[in-house]
Amino acid sequence: MKHILTIGGRQFRSYFNGPVAYIVICIVMLTLGFFFWKTFFLFGRASGREMFRWLGLILVFALPALTMGLIAEEKRTGTIELLITMPVTEAQVILGKFLGVFGLYAVLLALTIFYPLSVSTLGDLDWGPVIGGYVGLLLQGSAILAIGLMASSWTGNQLIALFVALTLSVFFWVLDKFLPLLPTNAASVLEWLSFDHHFQSMARGVIDLRDVLFFFSVTVFALALAFRALESRRWS
Amino acid sequence: MSDVMVEARGLTKHYGPVTAVENATFEVKRGEVVGFLGPNGAGKTTTMKILTCFIAPSDGSARVAGADIFEDPIAVREAIGYLPENTPLYTEMLVVEYLQFVARMRGLRGKQIDSRIRMVVEETSLGDVIGKSIGEISKGFRQRVGLAQALIHEPPVLILDEPMSGLDPNQAAEIRELIREIGRERTVILSTHNLAEVQVTCGRVLIISEGRLVADDTPEALAARGGKPRFIATLQKNGHSPSKLRDAFSSIESAQSVEGRVGTSANEVIVEVVPKGNQDLRADIFRAAVAADLVLLGLEQHGEDLEDIFRQLTTGNSEASS
Repeated sequence: MKHILTIGGRQFRSYFNGPVAYIVICIVMLTLGFFFWKTFFLFGRASGREMFRWLGLILVFALPALTMGLIAEEKRTGTIELLITMPVTEAQVILGKFLGVFGLYAVLLALTIFYPLSVSTLGDLDWGPVIGGYVGLLLQGSAILAIGLMASSWTGNQLIALFVALTLSVFFWVLDKFLPLLPTNAASVLEWLSFDHHFQSMARGVIDLRDVLFFFSVTVFALALAFRALESRRWS
Repeated sequence: MSDVMVEARGLTKHYGPVTAVENATFEVKRGEVVGFLGPNGAGKTTTMKILTCFIAPSDGSARVAGADIFEDPIAVREAIGYLPENTPLYTEMLVVEYLQFVARMRGLRGKQIDSRIRMVVEETSLGDVIGKSIGEISKGFRQRVGLAQALIHEPPVLILDEPMSGLDPNQAAEIRELIREIGRERTVILSTHNLAEVQVTCGRVLIISEGRLVADDTPEALAARGGKPRFIATLQKNGHSPSKLRDAFSSIESAQSVEGRVGTSANEVIVEVVPKGNQDLRADIFRAAVAADLVLLGLEQHGEDLEDIFRQLTTGNSEASS
């Protein structure tokens, strides 16, 4: 556990020594601000719904930028060799990396609390959906981050990792957008696989165990594949 | 624990159709500084990656400080301080931050961290750059940071892949001195393709060629191997041609071959005489020079040096492998 924390802590701090974290945070805050205030007065409702709708989508695009370098960059520069030849297991490396990027994501989410706070000064805000929305964002985010970490473990090239992670995260977001065009059986499967479907149900303020388990399973599955990829180098 | 710190048995590694290491067997004892010598791509780095458990061998096994690389890779890694090729470091971190990170990863806690960092910083003379970002410091300093991180947990075994490549002669000399210092109490395996470095730094040399171990001996014994002496006479030219000067020595009975060539200055000719056996021909060369009325400016006896042996062993010429 100490190793996981050490790796995670180093990863977390190193984000702030480079430009990526600042760029991602700025872009997320600016686009969120733009879309949020653009529609806020249109509806004239003191609600967080619009914010979470936008934030969920923005993060689908933004989070792969945080994960792209996690393993790929260490492979490119060779630092992975020093990391792995320390007395740690591959699982500890993967979990540490995940923890580091998740920590940064938590900071990013904490910064957005400014929006519901300012809404609550304008009207009577229902905090239930806000809490549900944040829990949903944390869960959906952890799934996207795990997928990004997995993509990063497959290659030594950050851009490839970014592309693969973006493709997957957009794919899982877009799944439930064409449901009316599909036969019912297929539609229900796709809906169940869609990140946005599970997220939106939590953003209504209902935290359903099935949604929690869904994101948790995706996260574990992606991390397991990342572990396999990292471990496979020993036998290649 | 026995005195054998590193023990490799039949290590073999295939990368697809390519065999990087083939059946390498060797032992390294406590307090030995061993040099892996070989041309680029000979399998030195692969062998080191296997010993540090970064990759697994296709066949064979190894033990480091008593722990098996398959059964207990964590114990193996704990016993090793490793400096990979090209010194890969997190360039965005400060030197001190990086050393703190490694110390924690190596299981040091609390006050130990600071005291060990202070010690390795002194050992590797990093004091001036401790607060700088690793990306900003010179290659020589970066190399020392690499060594410092390898030393921080006082490992019994150090594995250093090309620790002196890319350094200027002064930096290389410092690092060499440091490695010799370290090697007094610990086991050091270092790889290089620089022969002079091995002769100065290592007590033993393993020569690797095309994945196979072709020699395992002290630098002196290796240089003496093949052992045929040569005699090099420097003569005043005085208008003679090299071939004529050479002919003056062809009368020496126990000479196997005599070669003449132009010397380093205009009025010098070098004649190289190789004996048939191991005879000392210096007296014969002197007498032959006197008999032909030639001025002998210098006369040296050469054993075969490490460079020749290296070339022979690594280019498939088996002349010296007896």
